[in-house]
Amino acid sequence: MTALPTTEQVWEALARIPDPEIPVVNVVEMGIVREVQVDGSRATITMTPTFSGCPALHLIREQLEQTARSLGFAEVEVKTALFPPWSTDWITPEAKERLRRYGIAPPKPTREGGALIALEAPPTPCPRCGSLDTTLTSPFGPTLCKSIHVCNRCKEPFEGFKAV
Amino acid sequence: MKPSVKDALIAKLTALGDDELILAHRNSEWVGHGPILEEDIALANIVQDELGHATLWYGLRKELDGSDPDQLAFFRDANEYRCCELVELPKGDWAFTMLRQYLFDLYEALWLEAAQHSAYKPLAEAAQKIIREERFHLQHTRAWVERLGLGTEESNRRLQQALNFQWGYAQQLFVPIPGEELLVAEGIVPELGPIRERWLELVTRHLQNADLKLPINPGYQPTSRAYHTEHLWSILAEMQSTARWEPEAKVW
Repeated sequence: MTALPTTEQVWEALARIPDPEIPVVNVVEMGIVREVQVDGSRATITMTPTFSGCPALHLIREQLEQTARSLGFAEVEVKTALFPPWSTDWITPEAKERLRRYGIAPPKPTREGGALIALEAPPTPCPRCGSLDTTLTSPFGPTLCKSIHVCNRCKEPFEGFKAV
Repeated sequence: MKPSVKDALIAKLTALGDDELILAHRNSEWVGHGPILEEDIALANIVQDELGHATLWYGLRKELDGSDPDQLAFFRDANEYRCCELVELPKGDWAFTMLRQYLFDLYEALWLEAAQHSAYKPLAEAAQKIIREERFHLQHTRAWVERLGLGTEESNRRLQQALNFQWGYAQQLFVPIPGEELLVAEGIVPELGPIRERWLELVTRHLQNADLKLPINPGYQPTSRAYHTEHLWSILAEMQSTARWEPEAKVW
């Protein structure tokens, strides 16, 4: 009988699952996987939704389950926790840098307890040339987590990650 | 939880989910028809968020009575729905759609702000999750209302027309459902009266600044969520047809 993986090994395996919408980052460094519990042949994984209507959530859930099963666990449960609500502050600095190199401006740190309507937001640096002379085209982009911008210096349109 | 409180909470969660689902489906009619690409995408994003919120509310109901959210969405008839009439109305023109979404977003944001302190933890947690997304909606629809109100004579006229028509319908958002007083007494949901006052104050100030005429004689004001406009039947017929034809249809 082969030994089942430890909690750390489960975390390592889950960190190989790419985000379905942004494949340069994985679901662990995105802060989607909240907790891993190993109890004998049973693994319990707790995940949190990024945006509540994100269509990739079904796929992430399935992949977490399949990955844990492929490690040999007989019973796998994937739970969803809403609290504390997911924040882009949980995305690791390495993942933010990879987002930038991929062409997506990483999320800025959030301010807790802010008003319903944010004041004039500071400019989002262009992920290509680094210029701060950029304009927000739309707060909504091709996926729920992104906004659309344009750089006035290099003239390139780019996506930005919303800070939530 | 007392059975009477539980029944009232199930009814309230159903009403919350139904509002989001029907408004989302109604606005999804713009997908592929938006005035410009960015706005088409923006409205589709808002719709997707609202569908996510409906899923959360139905999910909370499931924890209480085991009901399946897909069954609630696709296999209930119009007379079993508990949405308000405002969300059922046809999409109209862009001014009509943006104004309705704005009136609804502001109500929703204010309600969620108060519901974050609910004594029922799952509801408080859902409210804290949803409000983070709602901020972006309100910012967007508020900007649109301003743009149309202060735009051209034509855009102002259309927005005013939409406002005159929707005003009475919007008041239904603040009509408690039967048994809601039990939930308020237990601290589970916020009282609608003070939320309406804040909403009225903000909407009035903001719309007047955008050159719109208020106050408005509300005219027809729906009250009971057990009654619906004829439009609910047609939107459900379209929304539910695939699931009823092929119940095993999968999400992807």
